Amino acid sequence: MAITMTKGQTGLTGNAAIAVAMKQINPDVCAAYPITPSTTVIEDFSSYVADGKVTTELITVESEHSAMSACIGASAAGARVMTATSAQGLALMWEMLYIASGMRLPIILTNVNRALSAPINIHCDHSDSMGARDSGWIQIYSETVQEGYDNLIQAVRIAEDERVLLPAMVCLDGFITSHAIENIALLEDEDVKKFVGEYRAQNSLLDTDKPSTYGAMTLPDVYINFKHQQSQAIARAKEVVIEVGKEFGKKFGRTYALFDAYRLEDAEAAIVILNSAAGTTKVAVDELRKQGKLVGALRPRLFRPFPFKEIADALSHVKAIAVLDRADSMSGFGGPVFNEVRSALYDADKRPKVMSRIYGLGGRDYKVKDALGVFNELQKVLETGKVETLQKYITI
Amino acid sequence: MATLKELSKRDELLSGGHRLCAGCGIPPIVRLVLRSANGPVVATTATGCLEVGTSIYPYTAWRIPWIHSAFENAAATISGVESAYKAFKKRGKIPEGKDIKFVAFGGDGGTYDIGLQALSGALERGHNFLYVCYDNGAYMNTGIQRSSATPYGANTTTSPAGEVIPGKQEWRKDLTRIVIAHNVPYAAQASPSNWADLSKKAEKALNTKGPTFLNVMSACPLGWYTKPEESIKLSKLSVDTCYWPLYEVEDGILKITYRPKEKKPLEEWLKPQGRFKHLFKPENRHILDKFQARVDIEWQRLLDLDGKRV
Repeated sequence: MAITMTKGQTGLTGNAAIAVAMKQINPDVCAAYPITPSTTVIEDFSSYVADGKVTTELITVESEHSAMSACIGASAAGARVMTATSAQGLALMWEMLYIASGMRLPIILTNVNRALSAPINIHCDHSDSMGARDSGWIQIYSETVQEGYDNLIQAVRIAEDERVLLPAMVCLDGFITSHAIENIALLEDEDVKKFVGEYRAQNSLLDTDKPSTYGAMTLPDVYINFKHQQSQAIARAKEVVIEVGKEFGKKFGRTYALFDAYRLEDAEAAIVILNSAAGTTKVAVDELRKQGKLVGALRPRLFRPFPFKEIADALSHVKAIAVLDRADSMSGFGGPVFNEVRSALYDADKRPKVMSRIYGLGGRDYKVKDALGVFNELQKVLETGKVETLQKYITI
Repeated sequence: MATLKELSKRDELLSGGHRLCAGCGIPPIVRLVLRSANGPVVATTATGCLEVGTSIYPYTAWRIPWIHSAFENAAATISGVESAYKAFKKRGKIPEGKDIKFVAFGGDGGTYDIGLQALSGALERGHNFLYVCYDNGAYMNTGIQRSSATPYGANTTTSPAGEVIPGKQEWRKDLTRIVIAHNVPYAAQASPSNWADLSKKAEKALNTKGPTFLNVMSACPLGWYTKPEESIKLSKLSVDTCYWPLYEVEDGILKITYRPKEKKPLEEWLKPQGRFKHLFKPENRHILDKFQARVDIEWQRLLDLDGKRV
């Protein structure tokens, strides 16, 4: 529901904006189970169904496992399918996430990022979507309400592109983005409809004259070939994300790329960080720039597939980098984004120093002073040429 | 209801050449149910013998659209397929007059146990589909482990007849009653041995609007330690001993659809099966007696309910 209205802008929470995007997309089927903090996405969407604003078949399933199972059944039947979840919900879907991608079904899921239990916590971190990072889903992260809305619309085109045909997950920060009201620019219904187009599945279970078998048993003679094709498909998604982001910009004035580089061109020190915390980091960058410090930030937008070459190119001139993760991979070796970025930089001519900082788990605030603290540490690395502490938790 | 002659003229929708065992009870059940549909039908199957045996890539025994996604979610998967159909109908994407039926198949593992929640959810939501459980009384696909459908006293690989514990100690779950408690418009128990009864029930279920359910006795020579050629005979004995009564609940009214002329002693069904061999040792006589007594109680309960609203 719109809270404020200024010219050309609508005040919406992240969840409300996602629900509006879903309304405009008007998918064939939506199967979902409520979970904090994503609940209001489905509540709002249920109202759209009840009020006849969409013609979607809403399946109010009894669990997230069944939500994703029903999405799979509907998608295999040729439907355009959407759902939303968070944390434990995504974890309960885990088995089915792999089946959705393995069957090459372009299902769209909004994941409102929340910490995984235990201990139970309903607030933001990225442990949920990071737990699904190898599930074969495209993952697009969103800094703001506007971006969440724009990303969801683009995700439909990316997932359904015939070069890709894979499910896509749009992530935004629980409460921070999902419940914060932001003035955003909504697209016209007709423009969204035209942009996403109509989905025509290659094989539909409802085509009874041309029966197809989905989910067949494969033995060692072919399983790896299916996975090889899937791997190639998700790698191809990168170029499609670029194309769709450009086309979106051309049509609607907001262009999206694989990542968002902030004052990075001449930076000697940089923070790499996902989602809403990038905004806080940029404030710190601006403060330090005023003091003449050469600092910048990079916010990956596409995390799966990981644009390793493009991100390495953008960072290779930076001397000291801190990768901030709102999730711990519990490997004893830093967070998941850290590992990807550091690995991507391995082939750089002059490898930057890269350290891991874990922050903000379970909704712990990440403030400008925290970002400044990290930049302070990076400054020491610049001075000494050495990383004193490779990995540690901050904001504790 | 279709006659045998009519049924025999309909298309064979599950082709031969699949890899289910000789004497397996599942294929005759599936073939008869699909024939009874008499029109376009889409099916899903829970992970299990039926799925593994019919879909080894690049082959498929299914001449109809078919999907398998996981073990515990056949009812949720078919919910999605059926909802897509409803959405397409609403949006004019299904030709006028075309009526597609939806069937989910699952074994007792995928239905009584791991799939119970998804089944309950789909029944409650009222999707238009038929769920068929082929109940062979254990997790046969993974090597004969007990399920909640395993008969009392049976020897399985996780309820072995040991030196101290003589097989499964628990009575089987009465899934049909659980389904009936969802107030579905139609639910029944059937057996391929009584094929006309099974076909009639399948036809009725498929022509009923809303969620319907069939629980079907399915012999498993591998897990029952029986001869393949005796599968149908043993299915018949499960019915004639009243271990597996044939009945239906239509719009809330229970009806016994087959009463054995002479109710046979349970031992006639148990004796030929290797999984009950240990029960015939003299020291286990009390288990057989207890088993018989329980079957008698259950049968009497049904007799008392026959013709009544349940």
